[in-house]
Amino acid sequence: MSLEVDVDHVRDPFRLAARFTSAPGLTALFGRSGSGKTTLVDIVGGLIRPDRGRVAVDGHVLVDTERGVFVPKHRRRIGYVFQDSRLFPHLSVRKNLLYGRRFATGGEAADDLPSVVELLGIGALLDRPPGSLSGGETQRVAIGRALLAHPRLLLMDEPLASLDEARRAEILPYIERLRDEAGVPIVYVSHSVAEVARLATTVVVLSEGKVTAVGPVLDILPLADTDDGGGVLDATVARHDEPFHLTVLASAAGELQVPRLTAAVGTHVRAYIRARDVMLSLRPPEDISALNVLPGRVVTIVASPNGAHADVRLDCNGATLMARLTVKSVQRLDLAPDRPVFAVIKSVSFERN
Amino acid sequence: MTPEEWAAVRLSLLVATTATAASLPFGVAVAWLLARRQFWGKSLIDTLVHLPLIMPPVVTGYLLLLTFGRRTPIGAFLADEFGIVFSFRWTGAALACAIMGFPLMVRAIRLSIEAVDARLEAAAGTLGANPLQVFATITLPLCLPGVIAGAILCFAKSMGEFGATITFVSSIPGETQTLPSLIYALTQVPGGDAGALRLTLVSIAISMLALLGSEVLARRIGGRRAAT
Repeated sequence: MSLEVDVDHVRDPFRLAARFTSAPGLTALFGRSGSGKTTLVDIVGGLIRPDRGRVAVDGHVLVDTERGVFVPKHRRRIGYVFQDSRLFPHLSVRKNLLYGRRFATGGEAADDLPSVVELLGIGALLDRPPGSLSGGETQRVAIGRALLAHPRLLLMDEPLASLDEARRAEILPYIERLRDEAGVPIVYVSHSVAEVARLATTVVVLSEGKVTAVGPVLDILPLADTDDGGGVLDATVARHDEPFHLTVLASAAGELQVPRLTAAVGTHVRAYIRARDVMLSLRPPEDISALNVLPGRVVTIVASPNGAHADVRLDCNGATLMARLTVKSVQRLDLAPDRPVFAVIKSVSFERN
Repeated sequence: MTPEEWAAVRLSLLVATTATAASLPFGVAVAWLLARRQFWGKSLIDTLVHLPLIMPPVVTGYLLLLTFGRRTPIGAFLADEFGIVFSFRWTGAALACAIMGFPLMVRAIRLSIEAVDARLEAAAGTLGANPLQVFATITLPLCLPGVIAGAILCFAKSMGEFGATITFVSSIPGETQTLPSLIYALTQVPGGDAGALRLTLVSIAISMLALLGSEVLARRIGGRRAAT
């Protein structure tokens, strides 16, 4: 599947001018609030008519202002999971889930309710009114409702934004399963680096209505303009170190020891390492408490605008890591591009997310 | 009660029920247009709908007579082509009541449609429902209490309508003499006090029953919603 977007839309003082093509899997629209993420998905979903441009999914043209094409939202077959879930208060959970089915055309009326209910773990909720559900349950039902309308593409607009940390952790695995098992491409709006690092295949970075970067998550995220920038490592669970409640991850950059994960050995995981959790050393440190020492070399050094700190981009055997240091440290170590260094990361600085 | 009084009660119930039932689909449609759509001439329609509320009822009745009388172009056309006659018939009383009750009905329904979250309607659209299906499955069920309130207001207004009705269709016993017309007539003749009092009590009873009925209906809808 491919989503092609090339639109201009002006609502003073805001100006959106975005073009990108997304790959299969989960595409994250990433940016600060006010960067135009929701406007962009509203245009794809048909809730907003853009001033100018073209939107196509798998070659189906949904909007083409030059040719006067505008497919109304009920004929787009694009599922939309809203930040505020929008379950219908007068219908039971079951009727909410089946709402899209009565309008489905063609041979898609197969009884896939059980599989979606199982995928999202909402079997016990079917006969309840939406008002009685918790925030996490509500959002899972909203995802199921969108999925059961057999969309060509699923839009998710910050589906976790209104939830607390525990509820997010409850839903994230379901979204991962959705991405890996349901076979529906997803466009996922988020301003959370952690969510994007964990879920995204492709990242589209938006800033003030413009696309500033598009590409695979491992390449793009270290470049993204965020308050706590960082790097993402693709890894697999190598073994569990039970006596110390640690899990050892194998990645291109080397082995990482992180707090005990529930994932089984062999599972593919992503480690998001915040730039400010990374120390640099010119020699392999000895007698140090930190368990993770990864060799690498400096790629770039970018000082912050006010000169207080610098973000050092490292290449650790092909994987990208970011380290945030003071400018003083950069000078003391005489850091420069291509210099070999050792990245030091405390195991306890990893969050289980 | 005398047969004449019974006839007036029956006629008033028939007129009020017909007026409410016939104007309800139009009331819902106009309320939806005013609540959800922006179009040229919207404030004109809004004003026209509200006009009977602010004009003297006698003026409304006289305008109806000028428009739908047997010898007017519209009245003659309706009579010749469709066999529909309004002037000096009970159907004319129903028309007058519907027009007088319309602003009250539209106001109540419009407010309740505006209270329905438009974001739910947008969500229904992304699930494949076209605008008519969105209205039938989301908007209408959610604004039903307002629709009931609007219908009851129109019914109550119709039961009490006097000025426009008597001007348009007069007060012919058995045909257009509604409950208020008969009460008025009885107060004008010596010895009519007892009849007027009986009809007043009947009128109060019908009003209270209508109000009670709407309460029960609204509660049953609310209860069903909480249970699903």
